Parts: sequence; C-alpha cells; structure tokens
Amino acid sequence: MKGFASFVKKEILHILRDRRTMLIVLLMPAVLMLLFGFAISTEVNNIDVAAVVPKRSEEVRKALERISNNPYFTYKGTVSQMDAESCLRSGFADAVVVFAPDFGVPAEARTDRRPKVQIMFDASNSNDAQTGEWYLRGVLAGESLAAAMPETRMLYNPQMKSAYNFVPGIMGLIFILICAIMTSVSIVREKENGTMEVLLVSPVRPLRIILAKMIPYFLLSCINLATIMLLARFALGMPMAGSAAGTVGLSMLYVVLALALGLFISTIADKQATALIISAMLMLLPVIMLSGMIFPIENMPEILQFVSCFIPARWYIDGLRKLMIEGLPFAEVMKEFLILLAMTAAIMAMSLKKFNDKLE
Amino acid sequence: MTRTVISVRELTKRFGDFTAVDRISFDVREGEIFGFLGANGAGKTTAMRMLCGLSYPTSGSGTVDGFDIMRDGEKIKRRIGYMSQRFSLYDDLTVRENIRLYGGIYGLGRRQTQERMEELLRRLDFMSERDTLVGSLPLGWKQKLAFSVATLHRPGVVFLDEPTGGVDPLTRRQFWEMIYEAAAGGTTVFVTTHYMDEAEYCSRVSIMADGRIRALDTPAALKREFGAATMDDVFRKIAREAKRI
Repeated sequence: MKGFASFVKKEILHILRDRRTMLIVLLMPAVLMLLFGFAISTEVNNIDVAAVVPKRSEEVRKALERISNNPYFTYKGTVSQMDAESCLRSGFADAVVVFAPDFGVPAEARTDRRPKVQIMFDASNSNDAQTGEWYLRGVLAGESLAAAMPETRMLYNPQMKSAYNFVPGIMGLIFILICAIMTSVSIVREKENGTMEVLLVSPVRPLRIILAKMIPYFLLSCINLATIMLLARFALGMPMAGSAAGTVGLSMLYVVLALALGLFISTIADKQATALIISAMLMLLPVIMLSGMIFPIENMPEILQFVSCFIPARWYIDGLRKLMIEGLPFAEVMKEFLILLAMTAAIMAMSLKKFNDKLE
Repeated sequence: MTRTVISVRELTKRFGDFTAVDRISFDVREGEIFGFLGANGAGKTTAMRMLCGLSYPTSGSGTVDGFDIMRDGEKIKRRIGYMSQRFSLYDDLTVRENIRLYGGIYGLGRRQTQERMEELLRRLDFMSERDTLVGSLPLGWKQKLAFSVATLHRPGVVFLDEPTGGVDPLTRRQFWEMIYEAAAGGTTVFVTTHYMDEAEYCSRVSIMADGRIRALDTPAALKREFGAATMDDVFRKIAREAKRI
C-alpha cells in the first residue's frame, strides 16, 4: 500500500506542477457555464421590427405599442409598402409587419376575407426567424385574439431559459473532457517518455498504477462538480429541484465511466497526440452531436437515435434533466443509472483486459 | 566466481510467425558486468523484457536471482533494478521527489528512503540540486541520477537498456565508473549498448543476431576467436552475416 500512496502523491504533483493545465481544468467549467448561461442562448433578442401602416387606427396603434413595449423587439418605425423588402435586405429591420387597411375591423363588418396582417421575416437565419415569428405572432394576437389561442404552460422551465437546457449538457461534456482526455493523455505520456516501462518493471501491480492515475482526476472532477452545481444554482438560478445527492451520485458514476474511457483510449493510443485526437473524435463530437445536448434526439433519423443509445452522455444528460430541472426523485432515474453502471462495467472490463494483454 | 544470478535455457519468444528470440541460453554470475550486444532488431530488448517480467517467453525457461521467470515474475520485480534507454525519471518532479517515489514503489520505509537519499545525494554531489526539477538538469546528470535511483533498493541485478545513449564521452566514462562501483559492491549488471568501447569494459559479452546468440565470452577471448583487434571488428563480423538488421 505504501507504493500506492506514493503513486497517488506523484500524480497529484504532476497535476500541480502543470499549472496552466490545472488552471484550465478548474476554470473551464465556470467559463463554459457562464458562456452558455449568459452569452450563448437560443433565445432571440433585439429583433428590429418595422411596420407598414396604410391606415392608422386605434387597433394598429395598440399593436405597435405592444411591439415597442416588448423587450424582445426594437421598434424601428413605419416604412412604406414599397420599402418593406429593401429595409429587410439592407438590414434596417429583421421583420416587417404589414397591416391591412381594415386591420382591427371586426370580422362581421369586413367585406373580404383577406388576412388582416402579414409578417415578413428575414429568414437568412432560419432559427432566429422561426423563434422571432412566434414572438411576433403572440404579440400581434394581443388581447383581441387571446381567447382563441390555446393556453400553453411550459412546465419545469416556464421562461424557456436556455441555460436550463445547457447545464446538463455542459456537465456531460466537461467530465468527459477532464476525465477521459486527461487520464488517457497522462497514461500515454508515460508510455511516450518511457517511464511506464520503469513502472511496469517495478513490483507495483499495473492495476494500482492505473488506479493511482484515476484518483487525482476523480478529485478534480469533484471540485468541478461542486463549481458547476453552485454556479447553476446561484448564478443561473436553476431550480435544482430534485435531490442534490442524486445529482452528485449520478455524476460520480459518470466520472468513473469517463475515467474508464480514458483508460481504454490509453490502451489504443501510443502517442499523446493520438490519444487527444481519438478522445476528441470519438468522444467530444458524439457528446455534442448525439447526446441531445444541443440537437434533440427525437428529431434524429432512426439510425442516429439508435447510435445515440450507446453514447453515455445521452443517458447522463437525460438523468440530470430529470433530477435538476424536473425535480424527480432519484428512483425515477434508476434506468439511466443502471445503463451507465452497465456501460462503466463493460468499458472498465474491456480496458483492463486490453491493458493486461499489452503486457503479455 | 560464485553464484549464478541469471540462468536462461532455450528461451524463445515468437510474435506470430516472427521469432524475435530464438532458443537462447546463457548464465550470468554474481557481480559480473554482462554486456548484451546486438544490432537493432536482433532481439536484445525482447530478451531483456522477458528477464524483467515485462513479457512471457513462448517457450524455454529461465531464473533471475533464483526465481522462475514464468512463475515468480512478481518476486523477480522486487529484486531487480531497471533503467531504460529512454530517460526514466520524471522531468516535472524534483530530484528528491523522484527518489522518494522510487523508495515508495520499492517498499522502502520513510526513514530508510531518507537515509539512502542523503547518502546518494552526497555521493553524486547533488545536495545543492536536491530541489531542482529533474527536467532542468543536464542529460549526463539525469542518467547518473537515474542509475542511482534504479539501485536505490539495492537490487541483486540491475538491467540497463542502452543507458548511455546520447551522452557525451566524459559522462559516459563517469557513468561506467558508477557501474564498476556497483559491480564491486556485488550487484550484477546486465547492460545493453551500441558503443563498442563500452563492450570492452564488460566482464563478458554476448552478441545477438537474428534472435540467436552468436558469440559469448570475455572481450579478450572474443577478439582472439574472431581474429579482430577491437570489439568493434568482432561486432561487424557478426552483424555482416545477420539476415535481419
């Protein structure tokens, strides 16, 4: 056991000596959280709106007032019908609302059935256009049509804050990044430097060498977990409705899984660069693309939905959403927990076998 | 001479169709400096790895310090020291941290490690550098330190895999003085090298080619046998006949 303790100490020293990397590892979660939480969001803000008003009326005035009072829109004034398109093209406005002359006239008093209002949207960014169009529609519907609109309640995330969506995703990403990439690189570095051979010739058992490598990264991940949870609760105002212990438990399991993945990569790669590329290609991309972090899994072609079942991050992020946002008890994420547990066991067994095979 | 420390019979290692080490047999006696020579790819590293317990032989048998290399790999590991051709200490740890780490790995107690560390630092005249990161030491110093660390736990046998690669002649000379000192203290030294002048320093030399041992004797006897003036000529004569280089 004495050998083991000095090993863990050595690994901690390695991390402490590499100040820059350590700083990145400790600060990255905070930076990512704040970036995703505040700067990058799928909410659409500052939509410039112009209006075409052929005939002023009380209803038009009310509608324009609602637009200019809405925090998502900036009202840019009226333009003529002919300028409507050019002001979209020039970027003067993102949307033009064209009111019909009989806008606001009750249906029974109208002579034709033409729509009373048209929305022209600069859809060069289709996402923004779609979201913005929804906002505009709602604003224009106003009180007069409110009765006809279905009443929608967005449960668990009533303001549709994108931060809620991103926090579990960031967690899924960060632990893979720190645990898998850093462990694999650190094991492969020893292979590259030739120190691994010296360790293998020593009486310390290979399994212990590996475990000793994992412990400091496990500790680092715990610090990161605490940072993320605190930031999510107090900086982003996430509800953290479910059991915090459940979130921690599920995260620990995921961290172990990521460590096992790192070990697995280190058995394949012989160069630090290779380890880095494999980690990035095999882990980062799938985590970002296929885990449901950004792109909803339900919208994917079936084959990709199937593939996503093998991405651990998918289950972790799913579980986190249930725990952190929906506030379900831990029993509700049992399925995710068991799937992750099985994956961890499989990866661990596979990489330990490969690791021992290498030694012959 | 006395006890046999390494004894190998018909040791063979195959990787698929390729026979890296082909039925080699030899004995190394206690306190000897045994030079293990061969061109690149001749099979020396593979043979050495089997002796150190890093890989299992396909067939044949061998003992190191009285323990079977097939069955008692773990016990062998406690009794040997190893220093590889690539530098084997940690650049980002200080001299003292490196020494303490190896003390811990080989199960030396805290006090024992401390005592041996101080003795080692004094012997190498490294006291002033004890808290320097190893990475910032000159290569020659590193190699000397690596050798001392590899023998920190006073192993019966120390395996040196091209220990002086890339080191200047003066430092090589000093390094060999350390090897002599260790051998005089009863440690058996098993060393591979590409420098033929170093082969002259060995008590006995074996030369491998194509996975087999082609010659094994004292340097003087080998020179006589091959009618050569230097070990360099002996090596060339054997290497020229080799098929795989």
